[in-house]
Amino acid sequence: MSTHAATAQPSYLVDTGSRKGLMAWLTTTDHKRIGLLYLYAMSIFFLIAMGIGFVMRLVQLTSYQKLITAQTYNALFTVHGVIMIFLFVIPGLSAVFGNFFLPILIGAKDVSFPRLNLASWYFFMAGAILAVLSLFTGGGAPDTGWSFYAPFSLKTGTNVSLAVFAAFVLGFSSMLTGINFITTIHRLRAPGMHWFRMPLFCWAVYSTAWIQILATPIVAITLVLVILERFFGIGVFDPAKGGDPLLYQHLFWIYSHPAVYIMILPAMGAITEIIPTFAKRTIFGYKAIAFSSMAIAGVGSLVWAHHMFTSGMSGMALMLFSLLTMIVAVPSAVKVFNWVGTLYKGSIDFQPPLLFALTFIFLFCIGGLTGVMQGALAVNVHVHDTYFIVGHFHYVMFGGTGMAFFAALLYWFPKMWGRMYSKAAIYASWFPIFIGFNLLYFGMLILGLMGMPRRYYVHLPQFHTMHVVATVGSWFLVLGLLLFFGTLLYAILWGEKAEDNPWGGVTLEWSLPSPPIQENFEEIPTITHGPYEFERLEGKS
Amino acid sequence: MSAEPTTKVTPSSLGPDSEGSPGASSVTQGSGHRDDYGSRLGMWLFLVTEMVLFGGLFIAYSYMRYRYPVEFHHGGGELNATLGVINTLVLLTSSLTVVLAIVAIQRSEKGRAMVFLGSTLVLGLTFLVIKSFEWGAKFHHGLYPNAPHLATLPPGEQVFFGLYFTMTGLHGLHVIAGLSVLSVMLWWVATDRIRQDRYIHLENSGLYWHLVDVIWIFLLPLFYLAA
Repeated sequence: MSTHAATAQPSYLVDTGSRKGLMAWLTTTDHKRIGLLYLYAMSIFFLIAMGIGFVMRLVQLTSYQKLITAQTYNALFTVHGVIMIFLFVIPGLSAVFGNFFLPILIGAKDVSFPRLNLASWYFFMAGAILAVLSLFTGGGAPDTGWSFYAPFSLKTGTNVSLAVFAAFVLGFSSMLTGINFITTIHRLRAPGMHWFRMPLFCWAVYSTAWIQILATPIVAITLVLVILERFFGIGVFDPAKGGDPLLYQHLFWIYSHPAVYIMILPAMGAITEIIPTFAKRTIFGYKAIAFSSMAIAGVGSLVWAHHMFTSGMSGMALMLFSLLTMIVAVPSAVKVFNWVGTLYKGSIDFQPPLLFALTFIFLFCIGGLTGVMQGALAVNVHVHDTYFIVGHFHYVMFGGTGMAFFAALLYWFPKMWGRMYSKAAIYASWFPIFIGFNLLYFGMLILGLMGMPRRYYVHLPQFHTMHVVATVGSWFLVLGLLLFFGTLLYAILWGEKAEDNPWGGVTLEWSLPSPPIQENFEEIPTITHGPYEFERLEGKS
Repeated sequence: MSAEPTTKVTPSSLGPDSEGSPGASSVTQGSGHRDDYGSRLGMWLFLVTEMVLFGGLFIAYSYMRYRYPVEFHHGGGELNATLGVINTLVLLTSSLTVVLAIVAIQRSEKGRAMVFLGSTLVLGLTFLVIKSFEWGAKFHHGLYPNAPHLATLPPGEQVFFGLYFTMTGLHGLHVIAGLSVLSVMLWWVATDRIRQDRYIHLENSGLYWHLVDVIWIFLLPLFYLAA
């Protein structure tokens, strides 16, 4: 691995073209800048949706119910879900860190289709703007929940058509990104970068990209059908005309369950990069992790109907989907064992990214195990559509993908901006995040087991204590998140300069200056060994 | 499908087309970067997404037909199979002319390529005209979603016509998209942006046109021959 010489090329953050400032960013085809464009946009959406979640929790302190009406509450949980799912976790790590680091990690100067890459971002922004417009136009904000279930979504007077169209446009963005990444990995690996020498983040992005192109079109056509149904009454989902609402649920989950793996796989990939760097040790079971990503992508595409166990499917279908759901836990567990195995006997260097990576493993395990619980048919009937489900998927999506997103951000931050954040402030933010998170979402798990249904504006008195606990948890959580984002924002603007390789990582990005130069590599490197060979480096020095 | 072997002759092609040399092209990335294999791979992946898009509708169709076999039989009887078959021949011929246009470009026969591309456009338009007559007839007979007459028919037939308009409509949109792209290609051939050594865009547009064709080949038996 060559260390860079005194570099002639300027950093990618410097405008060298004819356009300057904002215009230079909005017309860029540099994968690194596009990654940052996604990041800035997504951070804003995240903060908005977080605020909405905060208000929803306040409503559950009964005295605050004067705050908003029941109809507004319905709109809030819909909007919270739509923003968090379609604008934050689905593009998530793939769009931000995949864009920024995938080409660097495989030794390329950019993705295969740089202009298409920029177009994907514009599709993303167009979808986001449409989603926001849907709140204030037509019949008002959609009140169906993010899953737009028929027949209610066909009949409600709120602005479902526009919101659904927004999701359709966002799907386009996701598909184009998937096509771009697959082609990039097939075509632009540096000489000697064999498939099994790729860092595992690339494998994760690769499996994700396949789900993106194989599953997204299904939701696209389903949403088109909802729009056609609303405007022309084609009748496919409308029982009055011979249609079947259950068909909607199937089509919707054929995409939306694999979408869960679109969200989690790149997160697992990022964790797999972080752990070896701070354990100073090669990854335990490289191929097991690579293939488990592909296995999750494959099996995960066949489990969708476990969202519909109470919808009246045949007993045979119930058992099959239950079994497949249990099976998908196996490759996920393989990964967890590999991460822990990597830490075993490593020389652990405890730093903020590792703290968040370990938090990810802990919270993801709770999320994963509660998921297996719901895969069991009898338990599912009991907890279906309760807070247990809400708690479970927040453990997976937020405790999993969200924490991994934060870990990846902390890990690659010095490389992306060439600056370092205050580690003390990050540690300080971790405590309220962790405590608040568990109060809030473990509280929800308990509420669910007690029988509290999801999406209810009011609750019975016996649930009140736990609701108060969860709401207090949400205050801690928001406090911690604000401190976290504030620290990073401060560091982007005024942080001290970071070294090129502050963590002692050995993958290609750490051989570049911080921040990287515009074309990533002065000279495309030739790869002669696997990605995490710390022992080899130690032998040299 | 279209002219695979000849891509090897492209003089400025970077590195061999085989997968055996991963990343060979990245060495020369930058302003002169060009990767025909990569472009074709990207196009095929896009075609996969298109197939899955229609796949969702095929799932809906299969389920509904399983549920309403008799009604679908009656619904199919309302459609004009002769026009459907004529349209199939029109589209198949248009796919042939696209291939011939690519072959002509490979032989540097610009004029002939333009004639073939022009024929494709004319055939595509013919398809749309025939289709519009068909749709017009259905509207005339009150066989469209939310029509008072259709509402009197059994539910299965209502779903049949809902699916008929959705699937042929979406296919029609794809025909229009394909024609737009091929029009640009015709212009690029005329202005020499597509030449003997540089025709990947034409090739990819051709692939897209074949997809439009293939989907129609499935739609024909599902609807017109359902009776």
